[in-house]
Amino acid sequence: MEAVAIDPFVFRFSIFVLAVFVGYYVVWSVTPALHTPLLSVTNAISSVIIVGALIAAAPTAFTGSKIFGLVAIGLASVNIFGGFAVTQRMLAMYKKKKK
Amino acid sequence: MSANIVALLYLVSAILFILALRGLSSPESSRRGNILAMIGMTIAVATTVVSLHITHVTSYGAILAAVVIGGGIGLLIAFRIKMAAMPQLIAAFHSLVGLAAVLVAAAAFYHPEAYGIASASGQIETASRIEMALGIAIGAITFSGSVVAFAKLQALVSGNPVVFPGQHILNLILGLVAIGLIGFFVKTQSTEVFWIMTALTFGLGFLLIIPIGGADMPVVISMLNSYSGWAAAATGFTLENTALIITGALVGSSGAILSYIMCRAMNRSFFSVILGGFGGEGAGPAANKGDRPVKAGSAEDAAFIMKNAGSVIIVPGYGMAVALAQHAVREMADILKEQGVKVSYAIHPVAGRMPGHMNVLLAEANVPYDDVFELEAINSDFRTTDVAFVIGANDVTNPAARDDPSSPIYGMPILDVDKAKTVLFVKRSLAPGYAGIDNDLFYNENTMMLFGDAKRMTEEIVKAL
Repeated sequence: MEAVAIDPFVFRFSIFVLAVFVGYYVVWSVTPALHTPLLSVTNAISSVIIVGALIAAAPTAFTGSKIFGLVAIGLASVNIFGGFAVTQRMLAMYKKKKK
Repeated sequence: MSANIVALLYLVSAILFILALRGLSSPESSRRGNILAMIGMTIAVATTVVSLHITHVTSYGAILAAVVIGGGIGLLIAFRIKMAAMPQLIAAFHSLVGLAAVLVAAAAFYHPEAYGIASASGQIETASRIEMALGIAIGAITFSGSVVAFAKLQALVSGNPVVFPGQHILNLILGLVAIGLIGFFVKTQSTEVFWIMTALTFGLGFLLIIPIGGADMPVVISMLNSYSGWAAAATGFTLENTALIITGALVGSSGAILSYIMCRAMNRSFFSVILGGFGGEGAGPAANKGDRPVKAGSAEDAAFIMKNAGSVIIVPGYGMAVALAQHAVREMADILKEQGVKVSYAIHPVAGRMPGHMNVLLAEANVPYDDVFELEAINSDFRTTDVAFVIGANDVTNPAARDDPSSPIYGMPILDVDKAKTVLFVKRSLAPGYAGIDNDLFYNENTMMLFGDAKRMTEEIVKAL
């Protein structure tokens, strides 16, 4: 039988499905008191979409894609810097009882 | 840098993101977790820039400017935002992720060769077209849905559900048309279809969120969080980028779990929330069951009762957030503690406008988090507690949810405040809460209503103590 190469999509899909499961178990262990920081930090990390924007904005040639990419970089940067900073600010407020 | 090293570095940043979420299992580990996430993001961005630098001729000026402008705005907002406004900030941030996903997909559509998804003939590969179309659709719905959620939370528009006849049919038809357009786009790769599909899904996101009322926002925010994750994952498939796929999957499942937790806390199905129309003024059955006697008290009465109590449980709700009363509440709790009263806080999962809203506000007011308890942890304590101090919460304390099978909120888990010896209920009037139903608690023998603004009333109690 001739060997057939596995489509790389299947690899990526496997990674995706496994990551959904990792997310499922990790998020159930998040304490309800920190659900708001969870929202803000997931927001910040999903802005890793900036890597896609960088690819679009990188070429020197000035095209429509470059403009899309630059705007997307700006939007994602708002989220990355804003999201991490506001999460840090919130988390710094959670204090234990003074004994 | 070889493609393998790039892929491994993306894996490192994805693992750092997982560790960041893992850190949120306790407040002590959470701060370190957030730092790990920042490192992960830095690695992902640096890897991309370096690998682009090697393979392409790049121009950094404009990119740097976009990062500085965007990042500056982000930091400015993050440091100035009031904790009470956090729900609308989260909604606004979600909208940006959605829009970024749409823009990246559009960029890939016009320049597939830059993303390595063009076939020899210059066409985009079929698989990439599917991923691209999904990224656009989910991203666009996330964007416009979040804009509506933001407008409702910021009170730019009324938080009441917007319903009209045939709404669900219309949404269903538009949804089917969107799916048809996605199929058509995948087949033809037509530019016109690409933009019609984008416009339609923008509209769909808007229509999906307008019928959902203000107090269902915890579910909406969690759901949009989930969508923003799926949009990122779809983009990750287009770009063949594992960091993006893994992160999108994490965020997607995180938001889905939060939505589930919020729905369970209201004993409502996800679909009933999404279909909307629940709550708002004039919704639900008529509230008026005739004039019943209500015991009203003054701040001095409340101060006297609490001073002589052995234990007090404070039950905060959205009303406390609106009145910005959390600092006054903490001040009151401090004085009571000095006088030997045991004070704790009880938080219902859907109190406020987003998951964990009350916890953040109390943390902001310097309430130690080990004084704050979740519903399951504290509910059995009410029957041995002298005073339950309810401030700004309503439906989540309504005994009808437990005792009256005919009530629309029957079956919703509630805080058993009525079991406390005395209930002090701070409220502006006897008006029904979000569910539009009367709260029998107001008329109980052991309830004393404290009519007034949550903040002013608490400050008066502090003065009287």
